[in-house]
Amino acid sequence: MWQFFHKLGSPKWFFGISTRFMPWLLAGGLLLLMSGVIWGLAFAPKDYLQGNSYRIIFIHVPTAFMAQSVYIMMASAALVTLVWRMKLADVFVKAVAPVGLILTFLALFTGAVWGKPTWGTWWIWDARLTSMLILLFLYGGVIALDRAINDEKSAARAVAVLVLVGVVNIPIIKYSVEWWNTLHQPATFKLTEKPSMPAEMWVPLLLSVLGLYLIFGWLACVRMQTEILSREQRTRWVKEFVTKGRV
Amino acid sequence: MNAEARPAARLASTSVGALAAMKGVFARDMRVAFRQRQDLLNPLLFFVMVVTLFPLGVSPEVSFLSEAGAGILWVAALLSVLLSLDHLFRHDFDDGTLEQLVLQPQPLFLLILAKTLAHWVLTGLPLVMLTPVLGVMVHLDGNSIAVLCLTLLIGTPVLSLIGAIGAALTLGLRSAGVLLSLLIIPLYIPVLIFGTGTVAAAAEGASVGAYLALMGAFLMLALTLAPFAAAAALRISLSNG
Repeated sequence: MWQFFHKLGSPKWFFGISTRFMPWLLAGGLLLLMSGVIWGLAFAPKDYLQGNSYRIIFIHVPTAFMAQSVYIMMASAALVTLVWRMKLADVFVKAVAPVGLILTFLALFTGAVWGKPTWGTWWIWDARLTSMLILLFLYGGVIALDRAINDEKSAARAVAVLVLVGVVNIPIIKYSVEWWNTLHQPATFKLTEKPSMPAEMWVPLLLSVLGLYLIFGWLACVRMQTEILSREQRTRWVKEFVTKGRV
Repeated sequence: MNAEARPAARLASTSVGALAAMKGVFARDMRVAFRQRQDLLNPLLFFVMVVTLFPLGVSPEVSFLSEAGAGILWVAALLSVLLSLDHLFRHDFDDGTLEQLVLQPQPLFLLILAKTLAHWVLTGLPLVMLTPVLGVMVHLDGNSIAVLCLTLLIGTPVLSLIGAIGAALTLGLRSAGVLLSLLIIPLYIPVLIFGTGTVAAAAEGASVGAYLALMGAFLMLALTLAPFAAAAALRISLSNG
């Protein structure tokens, strides 16, 4: 156990092991995502109320789900950065923050596209939409702070503090936004309160969520490897990797 | 800036207790601020000017202003606190006082708490005192103004405390001002929501006790957690070089 923990601190070890995992992550992710999306888009039954427009759920829900869970992963990594000063943890935070930003943006965008036929408007100041928008701001702040600090080590630790402050605030923001919303407008658009989904709908949804998870894992590995190569460029193993093509 | 205008923090000996050190930091910040009076005035002028923009830019109608007035005042107060945050650590960072504070034997988070309190007394409190005048100008009724002042009184310390984290994180960076706003505004949202929510509830004749209790809870949470985060951020920024 402890040996594994120590190995996690070694960028070289991670580089080697992730190279072996990555094809599986990509293949599994593509397989699950494709089957989930194709099943959902082409074969799942129509919604009795929304017709075919509900099918964007097979893209919307996975991105929204990932957008939030990426932030939680970042927060765990930030804690590891501050407590154990593990190199890989801050590589992870730096590598996945832009991915989280894009996932959040996609969730908002697909939500807007879905909102137009369903609610008749692109945007509504609904609690969930607003809290996703704030999540987008938080990701933006994390990236901006990371870019603004030149020194790598202090950038990593400053970003870790910011991510953790954000994670304390996320539940507060979420609930305050929900109460704010119910204060001003009654719940007209409770899309979530539908009769529980039939299996033909939630199975493909689950497949695409899992698929996106794996693809995120692959993407995180790619970005972490790039970051590791640039940080460790003076070490011998990176030079050997670049000239000979293997670790 | 001449040395006389900025007295050194005199708390170097280890025999000084944490509370005495906090008092020392607080007193020094007050003294420095009152020797640079213009800096005290600027956030207040900004506050008044932002509020002026709304009747000019949106509508001077009494119906609009009395409806949106509390929100306008809250947003303006939030922005002027945000604007003043840059001063919280900047000058002390430039002349090295901050490094001396970090080296003190007393816990850094307590000293930061004292600095933040001084910041609130110098910016948040004057904003609250100015609010009744502006409240009358945006046609709020007496009860709403009283509740608005109360929410600002509880809310502005939270803004200062959360802002201290952002100010510490962006210390010494290029374009720190804009970056500070980007980092801090999302974290200010809950305070804003409950601040204006309380006034709206009061205007509808509902009881505001629960709202005020929640804002008090925010204040307690910020008071206990924010100084630790700000202290950690400050150490990182100072080690940055």
